[in-house]
Amino acid sequence: MTITLDNLHLRVGDFELRADFQIEAGHKIALLGPSGGGKSTLLSALAGFTDPVGGRILHGDTDITNLPPAKRPVTLLFQDHNLFPHLTAEQNIGLGVKPNLKLSASQKQTVREALARVGLQGHGTKRPSELSGGQQQRVAIARALLRDKPVLLLDEPFAALGPALKHEMLDLVAEITAASNTTLLMVTHQPEDAHYLADQTVLIAEGVANAPVDTKTLFANPPAVLQRYLGS
Amino acid sequence: MIRPILFAAGLCLGASAVAAQDKPVLTVYTYDSFVSDWGPGPKVEAAFEAECNCDLKLVGAGDGAALLSRLQLEGARTEADILLGLDTNLTARAKATGLFAPLTNRPTHLDVPVDWTDDTFLPYDWGYFAFVYDKNKLSAPPNSFRDLINMPEDFKIVIQDPRSSSPGLGLLLWVKTAYGDKADTIWEGLEPHILTVTKGWSEAYGMFLEGEADMVLSYTTSPAYHLIAEEDDSKAAASFEEGHYLQIEVAGKLAASDQPELADQFLAFMTSATFQSIIPTTNWMYPSVFSQDGLPAGFETLITPNESLIIPEGKAEAIKDEALAEWLAVLSR
Amino acid sequence: MARSSQPLSLTRALAGGGALALLLALTLGTVGAVWSKASFQAGLGPADWAAIRFTISQALVSATLSVVLAIPTARALARRRFRGRQLMVSLLGAPFILPGIVAVLGIVAVWGRTGYVSTLIGTPLNIYGYSGVVLAHVFFNLPLATRFILQGWLSIPSEHFRLTAQLGMTTGEVNHLLERPMLRAVVPGAFLLIFLLCITSFAVALALGGGPRATTVELAIYQALRFDFDLSKAALLAMIQFALCTATAAATLWIAAPQGFAVGMDRPARRWDGKSRRHVLTDQILLLTVGLFLFVPLLSILLKGAPNLLMLPPQVWPALGNSVAIAITSAFCAILLSLALSALIVSLTARWKRSAQLLEIIGFLSLAASPFVIGTGLFIMLNPVVDPFKAALPITIAVNAVMSLPFALRVILPAMSRAEHFYGRLGNSLGMTGWTRFRLAIWPRLKRPVGFAAGLSAALSMGDLGVIALFAPPDMATLPLTMYRLMTSYQMAAASGVALLLIATSLALFWAFDKGGRLDHHIG
Repeated sequence: MTITLDNLHLRVGDFELRADFQIEAGHKIALLGPSGGGKSTLLSALAGFTDPVGGRILHGDTDITNLPPAKRPVTLLFQDHNLFPHLTAEQNIGLGVKPNLKLSASQKQTVREALARVGLQGHGTKRPSELSGGQQQRVAIARALLRDKPVLLLDEPFAALGPALKHEMLDLVAEITAASNTTLLMVTHQPEDAHYLADQTVLIAEGVANAPVDTKTLFANPPAVLQRYLGS
Repeated sequence: MIRPILFAAGLCLGASAVAAQDKPVLTVYTYDSFVSDWGPGPKVEAAFEAECNCDLKLVGAGDGAALLSRLQLEGARTEADILLGLDTNLTARAKATGLFAPLTNRPTHLDVPVDWTDDTFLPYDWGYFAFVYDKNKLSAPPNSFRDLINMPEDFKIVIQDPRSSSPGLGLLLWVKTAYGDKADTIWEGLEPHILTVTKGWSEAYGMFLEGEADMVLSYTTSPAYHLIAEEDDSKAAASFEEGHYLQIEVAGKLAASDQPELADQFLAFMTSATFQSIIPTTNWMYPSVFSQDGLPAGFETLITPNESLIIPEGKAEAIKDEALAEWLAVLSR
Repeated sequence: MARSSQPLSLTRALAGGGALALLLALTLGTVGAVWSKASFQAGLGPADWAAIRFTISQALVSATLSVVLAIPTARALARRRFRGRQLMVSLLGAPFILPGIVAVLGIVAVWGRTGYVSTLIGTPLNIYGYSGVVLAHVFFNLPLATRFILQGWLSIPSEHFRLTAQLGMTTGEVNHLLERPMLRAVVPGAFLLIFLLCITSFAVALALGGGPRATTVELAIYQALRFDFDLSKAALLAMIQFALCTATAAATLWIAAPQGFAVGMDRPARRWDGKSRRHVLTDQILLLTVGLFLFVPLLSILLKGAPNLLMLPPQVWPALGNSVAIAITSAFCAILLSLALSALIVSLTARWKRSAQLLEIIGFLSLAASPFVIGTGLFIMLNPVVDPFKAALPITIAVNAVMSLPFALRVILPAMSRAEHFYGRLGNSLGMTGWTRFRLAIWPRLKRPVGFAAGLSAALSMGDLGVIALFAPPDMATLPLTMYRLMTSYQMAAASGVALLLIATSLALFWAFDKGGRLDHHIG
């Protein structure tokens, strides 16, 4: 289903951002722009952590502007703090199935399958501190997988990882989203990430989030705002 | 952040510098309310220093019993020349320490309700313990302990704990001297009327002024404060048929004093008209020598007990322990 | 904890050891001094055993009740935003610092026979007895417990709440997942502090306890020192207080489990749970009830004192200056002591866990120390060396600092241990050492708790009559001493004005330090 940002107006302190466009289902979209440009703020608003000062967010025909975070059709992977440090990897994933962690045998099996799907067989009883940074984000991806929301939002969860590992993660995300036809919105400030994964790009700069355009077309013929950002 | 420390250190240095003077220093240990700005201390100090060419150092700590404990801790090394503020319930314990010197001079005349024969301590003021009430709220106060016992159940008094307060101990001995072996039955009768027992006089008197209790254990002279200082004549002391227990406050000279002549001079000054005229309206007690003009206006309104009760010095310690045990046994039930 | 934390350096060992020595000298040392002067050895009589039983019983009940009420109160304050919330949190510091006599009169004005409640229901209440003691202790300590537990709530990273919101957790599930582990880490310490505060209560317990049934060990010590001059008994009873302290401290620290939460990025906490009508309503009712319970007595003190504020005797102002100087210096010393001790404990935890725990228990000792024994013991120790009166100021500052150390330690130690754990390694990895490492890696994480702890100890020193009453030269009065002197001179009205001034100044100090700790909290 389509996500509609209808005259959305966000304000955090002195910072303001406006967005007025639609996102079609199934696309992989990069949110590109300078640091502090409002990329994370936009995701935060989509996920229900930042209240807009004006405008609406629609999922299909449903107004989700005032829904609590968990009721929204989205999962947001944060830059950090995606896991509870005092719970094991399996428990952290299990929270995506049942927040009170009282899992049935079949649900436990589902959790183990998700763990295997992200390549972490046998790591289920470890706590986040015993896992590497990449492994920690894999656990978070496994949980997102089980939550099975139509939209996945990535707020630079792989920023701390090396280039090879990062591509590995992006591949994993691409594979999972493709299988379930999930819409993906991904924050980045590196054009190569956009090229690598995203078929569309939303340019966010100077207080405005522009409508998504085809990534190749965009870079082939960059508008002035993008040129300024790229420094060319 | 370093500044407060420097400031504090500066204060210390300043304080010790001031103390260094050439005049002979007479050190008097006394209770805290005596040295307070609202007590007799400042006036006494000014008056004595005007005639002695010395520095009178009043050191205040706790109350009478705490003073004595402190002196016992210091022993013969004490800097004190005079200890001022014991009452007759403590003089036996004080003499037993062997730290006090006998009096060299005794005044020819004392206005104390008993014959004063003590050879070590000299009285500077006195008063009677009594229950104080508000005349506007209570028209017919009890006139004896038995009368008090027979008051309605909701008639409440606040008293002080004998273990931590001089008036509290005074009440204990008051009941004991008035009723002897029957003291415990009196306490049993009083028990339902005792709203609470406080650590010191201030808590009890404060609660009484709040209207929390009908009467409070204090002194027959307490109403004089309200009358003279506040022009409030609503407070009165209830006169008890059994008589009232007498508190006589005394001072004595330390045997180890390095200023024995000055100490004698101070004791003589203590019963002089100058010192005695300060007492009634600062310590709110009767002076031990009345002035020729009589007592300050207002004191004539105070009740005069028909009998002065007091335990002879030698027996105080033993009776005190026995009475305290009785009191604890009855009130702890 | 990982072994990668800072090794035990000489500086740390010396500073921590010095703090420890001062603490032990003022607690066990003073008892030893009193003991050394004892001429005969006395045993305990039935009255003493009754006092011990009463002391433990009332402290257990008071501490339990305070903590049980503080948990929902702190939760309501943590998850509600309302006008006056900040004021309420600030005023939570007020009851705790009231001088006993002022608190008693405030409580009596509300709950007494002629108090507001009696007037309202038309029949005189009688609170005097066990219930009065507990009422007073809950009045004193509920706000303190609430502040401590609220601190625990604020230490849960806001990112965790964000995650629970995304996962759609119910209020109960958030409670189970985040709040219970936090409470398990924080509540035992808060309970212990309050238990120990109630152990040494004396004047308040007696006044509202209705008679000698409410005799505490502290009163027995006072009696032994003042009335009987029985030093051996005083020392024995003081040791019993320390034994109680050690046993309770060991038990609570054993129960307490470290919570192991991550350190957040200091995003302002926002909550998505507890939004149902039922939760909102219960929180509102709770906050209103607790607010009335705590603040009406304060209001009565305010109303009584305010008219007298303009007619304060001139002696009040130098006393105010003395008190503020003492409070600030004491707070500064208390922070230095607890930083030194915390650093030592954190270093030791990696290698010698047992000795670190022992130090933590010793850190509580001064709470169980009787001020009378400290005063008397110090007197015995110092008198041959220096005139205690000339040293009144440094003595008062040292004693105040050590007396507030348990509070400061409770706040600073967990914060430092977390900062070391999460940021110390970062500092190490960047090659930071010594002062630079502390200033850049650890201190920023400590500012907030240090501000809170400094505020607490300044306010505590401000309101405490303490040892200055035993040593004060006549020209060196503090504000509480001036208040007591006014009272013993019948000047109750002026005393009520001084009481108000005292509370206002204490709160101002508390507020200033607490605020100072969070000044640049929202940057970044």
